[in-house]
Amino acid sequence: MYDPVLADIRYGCGRSLRIAPPDSTKALLAGLTAPDVMARAFPIMAFDSFSKDLLVNAYTLGRISRLTRDTEAEELALDQIRRLKRRARKLQSEWLVAQVARRMNSATPLRERLESFWADHFTARGKANVMIQAGSPYVESAIRPHLAGRFEDMLIAVTTHPLMLHYLDQHASAGPNSPQALKYPGKKGLNENLAREVLELHTLGVDGPYTQTDVRQLAELLTGLAFTAEGGTDFRRPLAEPGAETVLGKNYGGDHPARLEDIHAALRDLARHPVTARHVAGKLAVHFVADTPEAELVSAMETAWLDTNGDLMAVYRAMLDHPAAWDPRPANAKQPLDFIASACRALDVPQDMLRKRVGIALIQPMRLMGQVWQQPPGPDGLPEADDAWLTPQGLAARLQWGFAMPQALLGALPDPRDFVETALGSRAPAEVRFAAGAAETRADGIGVVLASPAFQRM
Amino acid sequence: MDRRNFLARSAALGCSLAASPLVTPVSFAATPGDARLVVIILRGGMDGLDVVAPYGDPDFDALGRPGPDMEGGAFDLDGHFALHGALAPLRPLWQAGDLGFAHAVSIPYRDKRSHFDGQDLLEAGVAASDAPLPDDGWLNRLVQHLPGASAETAYAIGGEPLRILSGPAPVNRWTPEADLRLSPQAILLTQRVMQSDPLMAAALDSAFALAGGDGDGLAFSGSPGDMMAAMRDDMMAPRDRHRPGRVLAEFAGAQLRDAARIACYSLNGWDTHKAQERHLALSLEQLSDSLLALQEALGPEAWAKTTVAAVTEFGRTARWNGTQGTDHGTGGAMVLAGGALRGGRVITDWPGLGDGALYEGRDLRPTRDLRAHLAWLLHGQFGIGRSTLQTTVFPGVDMGSDPGLLL
Repeated sequence: MYDPVLADIRYGCGRSLRIAPPDSTKALLAGLTAPDVMARAFPIMAFDSFSKDLLVNAYTLGRISRLTRDTEAEELALDQIRRLKRRARKLQSEWLVAQVARRMNSATPLRERLESFWADHFTARGKANVMIQAGSPYVESAIRPHLAGRFEDMLIAVTTHPLMLHYLDQHASAGPNSPQALKYPGKKGLNENLAREVLELHTLGVDGPYTQTDVRQLAELLTGLAFTAEGGTDFRRPLAEPGAETVLGKNYGGDHPARLEDIHAALRDLARHPVTARHVAGKLAVHFVADTPEAELVSAMETAWLDTNGDLMAVYRAMLDHPAAWDPRPANAKQPLDFIASACRALDVPQDMLRKRVGIALIQPMRLMGQVWQQPPGPDGLPEADDAWLTPQGLAARLQWGFAMPQALLGALPDPRDFVETALGSRAPAEVRFAAGAAETRADGIGVVLASPAFQRM
Repeated sequence: MDRRNFLARSAALGCSLAASPLVTPVSFAATPGDARLVVIILRGGMDGLDVVAPYGDPDFDALGRPGPDMEGGAFDLDGHFALHGALAPLRPLWQAGDLGFAHAVSIPYRDKRSHFDGQDLLEAGVAASDAPLPDDGWLNRLVQHLPGASAETAYAIGGEPLRILSGPAPVNRWTPEADLRLSPQAILLTQRVMQSDPLMAAALDSAFALAGGDGDGLAFSGSPGDMMAAMRDDMMAPRDRHRPGRVLAEFAGAQLRDAARIACYSLNGWDTHKAQERHLALSLEQLSDSLLALQEALGPEAWAKTTVAAVTEFGRTARWNGTQGTDHGTGGAMVLAGGALRGGRVITDWPGLGDGALYEGRDLRPTRDLRAHLAWLLHGQFGIGRSTLQTTVFPGVDMGSDPGLLL
C-alpha cells in the first residue's frame, strides 16, 4: 500500500529530480522529528525578533507622529513609518520565497505540508500597520515547533499569540466587572470574537456541544490576554473578569486572582475533548486524503487522538497506516501554493529567479487561483472542497502559470518527455505522456504536463 | 449524487449549449426577458443600525453609538432614519427613487452568530436546521425556474466560491484578470489530458469559452515568445486593487447589458468589532462606488430594468461594545437599488430599540425574514410564482403581504 511516488505527491511537496522520497511510512513520519534543516537553510524571522524590531519601531513612530502633529517632526516620523512598512512588505515576500524554497529542497516535505495545514486551521492575520506582514513569523514561532507535538501545546501557543490576540480583538477585551471596565464604563468591555472562534473553528467545530453561554463564559475567561511589542504575550489582571467561569460545565479559576494558568487549563480540556478529536482529525483527513474521507479512516485517527490525549504523531501515524490513505486514484486538488511550489520543485527553479519574480511568479498568480497570500477570507481559512479551486477561473490561472511561467523562470526548459517522468513518475497516465511528446514546443509540453489532472491532484 | 458530480454535470451541461467554445464566442439571443438582478453579498455582518441609523427612535441615544454625522455627509431619509455619511454619493439615487432599504430584517438564523454559518445559510436560502445544507444556492434555484435561461444567464464574479450560485443550473464564474492565450495545439492537448477528469474538463471548457469570449480570442498564433508576453500582460493587466467594488461592478454591468440577467459578487470588510467609524466608512465607500459603477456600466436602458439587493449574514449588537465597535448580532438592514425599484423609502415594521424591544436584550429584533423581501423581488422581476418561491427557492419562507418593492 505504501507508494513512494504517491508519498511525494500526496504527503510531500511533489516530485524532485534531486531528492528521493522516503521509502516507508516510518521514514515519512521520522522526517517530522529529524532536525529542521530547511528552517536553517531558508530562515524566516521568529515572531519575537519581528516584534522587537519592526513592531516596536512602528508603534513608537506612531506615538511620535501623534504627539508632533503638524510639525516637521511629524513628517519625519511618517516618512520613517513608510520606510518601515516598505521593509516589512519586502520581508514578507522574502519569507514567501523561503517557504517555496523549503518545499523545493526538503527531504522531509511532510513537515512543510503540515505547517500549511495548521497555519490554515489556526488562521490569523494582521489587520493594521506592520502587523499585516507578521504572518510568516507567527507560523514559524507558534506552529512549526509544535507540528510533531501535542495539539494542546499548539492550541495554547496560537490562542495566546500576539497575532491571534490582535486578529480576533482579544487584546482589547475587558471583563464586564474587571477593574478597567469599571473604571472606564462604556469604553472598555467584553469582545467575544476569539472565544467564539476557539470553540467554533479551532476545537469543537460549529456543530459542537456549546452554547452562546459557553462562548460568553470563555470570552470572560480569556480576558486579561494582551501583548506588548517589546515583551510579547502579557497577562493583564486589570482586564480580567474576576471570579470563576464555567465552560462546558467545568469551572475555571475563582478561588484565586485571575491568572493565565486557568486559560491554559480550559484550552487543554478543549483540546482533549472527544468532539475536538473528531472535528480536527476529520479536517486533517479531508485536507490530506479526500474531500469526503472514509469514516473508518477518521475514526482510526480520532481513536489515536483520544488514546494519546492529542499526540499529533500518533494521529498522523493512524492516518498513514490506514489503507484509505494510499488509495491510488488521484484525489484532492492541489491548493495554489501546493501547485506552484510543486511545479517549482519539479522544474528546479533557481531561487534567485523566484526572488526576482516573486510578484509575477508567486503572489499574483496565487491570487488569481484563489489564494491571496496571507490574506485569508476569514478565520475559517481556505476552502478544502476541490470545486472551490478547480473553477474555470482558478484553472485558467493555473494554465497561465503552467504554459508561460517556466519559460520566464528557467534558462532552458527540460525536454517535456523527461519532465513528465520527473513530475509524475510511475503515476504518469498514457495520455499525459503522449501530450508531452506531441507538443510543438517545449513550453507547451511542460504546460500540458502541469495542467494535467495527474499533476493538479494529489 | 454528491456535490462534486452535481457541479461537474451542471457545468458540462452548460458547455454543451455552446456549439464549440473554441470557435464561437458564446453569445445568444435567448434570454429570460429584460429584467436584471444583481445580488451583492456583504460579508462580515453589516451594521444596519449604523448604515441606516434610526436616529429618530427615542431609545437610539441610549445605545452609546455615535449618531449619524450630519456634518460629514449623512442625511435624513424620512425623519426617523438617516443614511451614513459615507453613502452621500448615493443621494441622487435616493432622490430618483433608485435607492431604498429594508430594515429590521434578517435571515432565519439565530443565536450562534457565526459568520460562516450565517453566510452559508444566506447563500443556501434556507432556515437553520440540523439537516445538512442543500448543495445548491438560492440564486441557482432561481435560474432553474427561469423560463428561457441558458448557460449565459447567471454570473458569479470574483475569485470566491459564491455557493449562492452553486447547483444544477449552469452558471458562469469568472474574474476579469484570468484571461488565457494558448497555441491552437496546446488547446487541443490540454482538452485531451482533461478528459479523464469530469470536474476539470468542465472547468476547462468554461474557462476556454470565457477567455475566448472577451474580445481577444483564446487561440494565439504568434511566436511562443510573443504568446508568453501576451499572457504575462494579461496576468498583470492594469487593475485597481483598492477598488474591487468598481472592477467587479464594471464586469457585471458589461455582462448584464449583453445576455446575462443575474450577477452576484461579494464585498468584504463589514466585521467591525473595533474602531467601527473608520472601518465601516471604507467598506461603505466600496459599496457606494460599486453601485454607481454598476449604474454607469449598465446604461440607462438596462439600469431601468435592474434591481440590486445587497445582503449580509446578520446585523450587529445594538449597543456599542468596549472597543468602539459592535459584535455579531441579529437584525439588520438590506440595501436595495436599481431603476426598477420603487425606492426612496425605508421599508420596515420597526420594532423599537428599548430594552424590552431588543432581541435577547442585545440585538435589533428582526421583524421580517429577509428572504421574504427577496422572494417578492423575484416574483416581481421574473414572475416566479409564490408557491415555487415558498417551497423551492426559499423553502419555508412566509412571504406575507407584498411590500411593493418594484415600480
